[in-house]
Amino acid sequence: MIIKDRAIKYGNNVDTDVIIPARYLNTTDEKELASHCFEDLDQDFSKKILEKKVIVGGENFGCGSSREHAPLSIKACGIKAIVASSFARIFYRNSINIGLPVLVNREAASEVADGDELEINLVKGLIKNITLDKNYIIPPLPDFIQEVIAIGGYINYTKKQFARAK
Amino acid sequence: MAQKILAAHSDKKCIVQGEIVNASVDLVLGNDITMPLAIEEFKKIETNKIFNRGKVVMVPDHFTPNKDIKSATQCKVMRDFAREQDIINYFEIGQMGIEHVLLPEKGLVLPGYLTIGADSHTCTYGALGAAATGVGSTDVAVAMATGKLWFMVPGTLKFVYKGKLGRWITGKDIVLYTIGMIGVDGALYKSMEFSGSVIEGLSMDSRFAMANMAIEAGGKFGLFEVDEKTISYVESKTDSDYKVFKSDDDAQFDGVYEIDCSGMGLQVAYPHLPSNTKDAADAKDVTIDQVVIGSCTNGRMEDLEMVAKILKGKKTDKRIRTIIIPATQKIYLDAVKRGLIEIFIKAGCVVSTPTCGPCLGGHMGILAEGERAVATTNRNFVGRMGHPKSEVYLAGPAVAAASAITGRISVPEEVI
Repeated sequence: MIIKDRAIKYGNNVDTDVIIPARYLNTTDEKELASHCFEDLDQDFSKKILEKKVIVGGENFGCGSSREHAPLSIKACGIKAIVASSFARIFYRNSINIGLPVLVNREAASEVADGDELEINLVKGLIKNITLDKNYIIPPLPDFIQEVIAIGGYINYTKKQFARAK
Repeated sequence: MAQKILAAHSDKKCIVQGEIVNASVDLVLGNDITMPLAIEEFKKIETNKIFNRGKVVMVPDHFTPNKDIKSATQCKVMRDFAREQDIINYFEIGQMGIEHVLLPEKGLVLPGYLTIGADSHTCTYGALGAAATGVGSTDVAVAMATGKLWFMVPGTLKFVYKGKLGRWITGKDIVLYTIGMIGVDGALYKSMEFSGSVIEGLSMDSRFAMANMAIEAGGKFGLFEVDEKTISYVESKTDSDYKVFKSDDDAQFDGVYEIDCSGMGLQVAYPHLPSNTKDAADAKDVTIDQVVIGSCTNGRMEDLEMVAKILKGKKTDKRIRTIIIPATQKIYLDAVKRGLIEIFIKAGCVVSTPTCGPCLGGHMGILAEGERAVATTNRNFVGRMGHPKSEVYLAGPAVAAASAITGRISVPEEVI
């Protein structure tokens, strides 16, 4: 799976309250959630995603609440992957569980500038910053996580387990 | 300790840090925000029944009593599912409380339990020696279907607290001080273990407040060793069996922090991170518009009693809205019986039925642009209690009560 797109760059400790404020959590509708994504952090986000579809964050991306609405709203905006120096653990597992690729690489995340063109090869474990002409290796994800992402999330994975048991 | 509990719930005898294990869970929790999404996902798995109707707990506590039509609809999704699945521990309005205060009070989480909840503050139960952690709605959906979940085995950071606590200092101050020291990602992916002579002397309520905020340092678990206080707490709630796990004497830690609590002041975390801590005594220039006392961090009896001690016979500043939210119906009723509610109302506070409400900017005390609140809650991110240009200062009950009287961040000595 290869993802090629431009980067939207944010800083450290991007929390789930700015990704999707709690005042919008009275729905599970992905499209409605997506329409409020990042609105307290970046009012231009909805314009940026027209031409940039990879988010790059700093340390502790997605800290705070367990709300799965956060990665869901990001995914529903058409974002294809998130690269960060580090992720908060609940956000990280929520993203994997819904099949949204999340990649940890401190060097890549800190060197990316907003608008840089990135090529991410999930199978080879490679992030290429085309604008900077620089490659970054991603440590391979555990087999289980690769399997979950490849099959489209933890629900699909579980359905398959159930089918196998039958 | 976390590794031992995870191993005991997996099919492996020995597990190592970083490994992914599939483990059986003892309890699965969700609320009115996260559970409706989990139910949608559960239905996609094409299984009709949850794995165990006694091991799934549902608490409508965030936007309840229903704040608007959409929230009411979400609550109805959860209520209908609870009835359809005949879930034993669904707590309707009137019986509910803030989930992380309610579950221990009902004796539903016990030492040694592996508990997951679609709420980040599920780590609160670490105070009972339970490996408890926040997960997402999909996790809850899968766990409701299978009784199992994937876990990455965390390393452990040990925190040893020594010295003598000053007057008014509670677990909230200790945990804020700790987060200020290590940062909001200082325990990322780690299990935090709290120990030392200070911890031995702490009340269960203060231990819950500390474990509650492990997540604010990025922690997966916030564990306390089970001692006589834990056992007497647990056995006053239930006669169910439980198992006590202890860290080995030669356990390996990723880091050990020794913290001398002598001379530690009351703490305040400035916006917009729980790690922006200061001594409250140095924060007196901050004027405020609202005080919120409650939440899964500080809505317990110890907190309310401390607030009453400070507010008794006094009036809160007329320019300030002071909102007090006992965390459960039991705590509310006990507070009525002990005369605390009368003290609060005479002081000019409002007292609310249990709800997470203002903590997450849901309802019951939303801030306007430019307003500031002192809150005994757990997060002060941008927009957390309302307008993106409002501010939340986190503190313990003593600072919150004193600040309600003066209208600016204050310590009790200023008003007593």
